Amino acid sequence: MEPGDHDGGPGDETAGETTPKQPARLALTRRSALLGIGAVAGFAAVDVGGFAYAGGWLRPDTLTPLTPSGFADRFEDVYGRHDGFRRNHAKGLSATGSFASNGAGAAICRAAVFRPGSVPLIGRFSLAGGLPDQADKPDTVRGLGLLFQTPDGQWRTAMVNLPVFPDSTPQGFYERLLASKPLRETGKPDPQTMAAFLDRHPETVAAMKIIKETPPSAGFADTTFYGLNAFWFTNSAGATVPVRWSVVPEDAGVAGAPQPSPAKDYLFDDLIRTLAQRPLNWRLVLTIGEPGDPTNDATKPWPQSRRSIDAGAITITAVQTEQAGNARDINFDPLVLPDGITPSDDPLPPARSAVYARSFTRRAEEPKSPSEVNVAQVLS
Amino acid sequence: MTGETNETQSAPKRFALPSRILHWLMAPMVIAQLLIGVTMIASLSYYPLLLAIHRPLGVLILAFAVVRLVNRLTHRLPPFLATMGPAERRIASWSEYLLYALLLVQPLIGWAMLSAARFPITLVGPLHLPGIAPHDIVVYAVLRQAHSVFAFLLFLTFTAHVCAVLFHTLVLRDGLLDRMALWPTKRAAPQQDETTV
Repeated sequence: MEPGDHDGGPGDETAGETTPKQPARLALTRRSALLGIGAVAGFAAVDVGGFAYAGGWLRPDTLTPLTPSGFADRFEDVYGRHDGFRRNHAKGLSATGSFASNGAGAAICRAAVFRPGSVPLIGRFSLAGGLPDQADKPDTVRGLGLLFQTPDGQWRTAMVNLPVFPDSTPQGFYERLLASKPLRETGKPDPQTMAAFLDRHPETVAAMKIIKETPPSAGFADTTFYGLNAFWFTNSAGATVPVRWSVVPEDAGVAGAPQPSPAKDYLFDDLIRTLAQRPLNWRLVLTIGEPGDPTNDATKPWPQSRRSIDAGAITITAVQTEQAGNARDINFDPLVLPDGITPSDDPLPPARSAVYARSFTRRAEEPKSPSEVNVAQVLS
Repeated sequence: MTGETNETQSAPKRFALPSRILHWLMAPMVIAQLLIGVTMIASLSYYPLLLAIHRPLGVLILAFAVVRLVNRLTHRLPPFLATMGPAERRIASWSEYLLYALLLVQPLIGWAMLSAARFPITLVGPLHLPGIAPHDIVVYAVLRQAHSVFAFLLFLTFTAHVCAVLFHTLVLRDGLLDRMALWPTKRAAPQQDETTV
């Protein structure tokens, strides 16, 4: 593929050199030339314009539907920009462990993760919000991200300790984020803005009521984490059911749970000290919806009577300070699913997937700094 | 193969049939891929769906690009038309090499980028590809930026390519497009044919 191979070089007399006289050729008239130039310009306009329109560059901001960048920007507006950290759930701790499947999940899902056996896990405990060094408080939303490394791929999930999600749509979440931005003077959200938001979003009011009925547990070790969004599970016979999963602690109510303390990282410190002595266990519970149960609205709980399957034990054996290569660098994208699990009509997971990807790309490109929670310091 | 079996004196008038078929098969794939790529990064609700198309389509483009490179190296090209000067010929050649390079490299960057982010390279259902880069968020960041830069470069090269061919075909009316046509053309052959008469 040298340039000369079809360049009509000096020794290549036959290669395409024509004499200037071309009787067969259509005469170039001014009219046809103008039409031709018009066609070229028309193509260029449609081509460049179409590309720019698809990328959202031609739409004014006020008309632009929510975008992943717009979401990431809003997190930065509310919490400030903290280079190298997640836009949300910025404060966290990496974890490792395993999932020992008892095989019961295989009845409703063909994914390899539910066959009897054990798969390694990477996890991340976190606190909601974009501040990587916020002080631990009992009522701050807690998160657990998990990555199941199965033979047929991966399963990633990002869960929180709320029984329902406060918003049913990405738009609702986007608006609530701004409405709950603390005012500089009071350190609390503007009551009028919040009241106006809640007036427009009765589903959030209803969800908040349910959330208040389930006060947070003492620490991470006895926290139940909920997947919240419904997914379709398909078994090897091809039968499909809607499922919401949760991760339920075996440690619930044990003595020695942490008390809210003035120590800035008391929730994480307690988790680190407990895991230095023994592993922590949770059950992976699959709750099966019935016809009529909402699959597209994470603010609405399913009836308590729904059948659930205990699919096995999640054991966290160790935690690590966030650093290169561990859970710090994993995007717990809720749509990384194994074959056998597919998204439902819930509008939240696609938006989460898109925004997590934007957040991941931004923090990947930014300089990194050490995380607040440091395992070695806590144990020394 | 087609041109070289006979007398080497007569150059082919058109691109070889496999070249023309590959060209018109890949063109819609690449245009669709560019549009999907630019749409998905700005889309909240369609991002996963578009990404699920973008991944296997990228792998398909890579496979076609490899076949096309082999085809390119084993077939003779038709000569340039008289309507192209030496500078334009040089630009045409180098832009062709640039397109080949981008069509090969851009899917590989996408694949490596997902590997560096530790994502599974899911194609269809349970079918997935192995990773081809170390799990490293800094490597991901570099590849992710390269993927954007090369996407713009590919778009610009494509735009210049089409504009140049349209200019020749519609303004100069030299039948340049006929050389790549899979359809019957009015002209018996583009004008370079006349020298051999």
